[in-house]
Amino acid sequence: MSPAKRSVVITSLVVLLGTGVFWWGTDGFTALTAETARRVEILRSPRPLPAVTLEDQDGNVFNLRDYRGKLLAVDFIFTRCTTLCRSMGMIFKQIRDLIPPESLGRDFLLISISFDPDHDDPASLKKYGQTYGADGKIWRIARVPDKAELKSLLESFGIVVIPDEFGGYEHNTALHLVGRDGKLRLISDIDKAVPFAEQVVALL
Amino acid sequence: MKRTSSPYAVRMGFGLGISYLFLATPMVRDWMEASMSRHMLVQMPLLVVIGIVACRLLPAHWQNSVLARVGGSIPCVVVALFASSYWMLPRALDAALNDPLAEMAKFLSLPLLVGFPLVLAWRRLTLIGRGFVWTNFISMLAVLGWLYIVAPVRVCNSYLVNDQETAGWYMVIASVLLFLWWLGTLLVGGGVGPDKPDRNGTGTKLA
Repeated sequence: MSPAKRSVVITSLVVLLGTGVFWWGTDGFTALTAETARRVEILRSPRPLPAVTLEDQDGNVFNLRDYRGKLLAVDFIFTRCTTLCRSMGMIFKQIRDLIPPESLGRDFLLISISFDPDHDDPASLKKYGQTYGADGKIWRIARVPDKAELKSLLESFGIVVIPDEFGGYEHNTALHLVGRDGKLRLISDIDKAVPFAEQVVALL
Repeated sequence: MKRTSSPYAVRMGFGLGISYLFLATPMVRDWMEASMSRHMLVQMPLLVVIGIVACRLLPAHWQNSVLARVGGSIPCVVVALFASSYWMLPRALDAALNDPLAEMAKFLSLPLLVGFPLVLAWRRLTLIGRGFVWTNFISMLAVLGWLYIVAPVRVCNSYLVNDQETAGWYMVIASVLLFLWWLGTLLVGGGVGPDKPDRNGTGTKLA
């Protein structure tokens, strides 16, 4: 084979292979960030969640498994958060108010899970809940007291929490929907409260 | 032309291996990868430099025969473009932090698929070819940096949003400096760019 021909053939192979790797590494050019990838993957195959023990704002201890058979909206917070979690509270409130009242508590519930159990005792959870009108039944604010369980819960949701320079945290914030089978089935942007609620209503 | 057999090349090769292993130690990796700027603008370029130096330590006739086998300079440049672009994806950065396989792929591909082929190709590239590589790289750096500065979202789950903005500014600054330097070499070096293309394959270097 002449050098020129060889060059053309190998270059084409490289382009083909390189494009293939990009295709594979970005879920068909759709997911350029890990956050998008997480959402795409959940849509494709809903993910089972660990049966972790939680403690809510009233000190009640319960299990994530107790929500089987119901639709559950989940977000992750820490109560000292002064930025995104504030709006998260408002967004969850908005979602709750968009769901038909007869389904609330029976077929659809909400839970805000704190990933900072050291600071967030039931008292601070209660204070956070009161700010947004979380009643502790339809909408619980809870923490995972056990560190190992918390870690496995965050991992299965794909939540990455990193400390920031102000003693707080930064984390990927999103709206999560857990199906009746206990599997994580949908992750949306936090500014998509209305479409999220519509999805829930369609599933009721 | 048997540079590998010279004590100098052996010493350099040894030092290079040590630096590579040093970069791969968990402590250094953790430190480098703790910030987005260090990860993208220190660790990754150093890995590319290791590939560059490694290739230049090979005797010229080896380089030539490898270059002939892989089909000349164009496939080399294209491989380097693909591999370097891949590691500019925010998702690849996150993966390198969370997935040991991705981290390994990064440590292998940056020297072997970016630094090494670039050196192989460089001596055969014309001024236009080199200009393409430089301007492509510089503009990619500037655009990516700008995106990181203005992005309304955090592109990496593993890095703070401030860190992303800082990395963006460093990238823009680096691209401007690189461009000025490259332009400068065009003006002062008799108009042939940072490295004078030559035919006999000696004395070229990739800056």
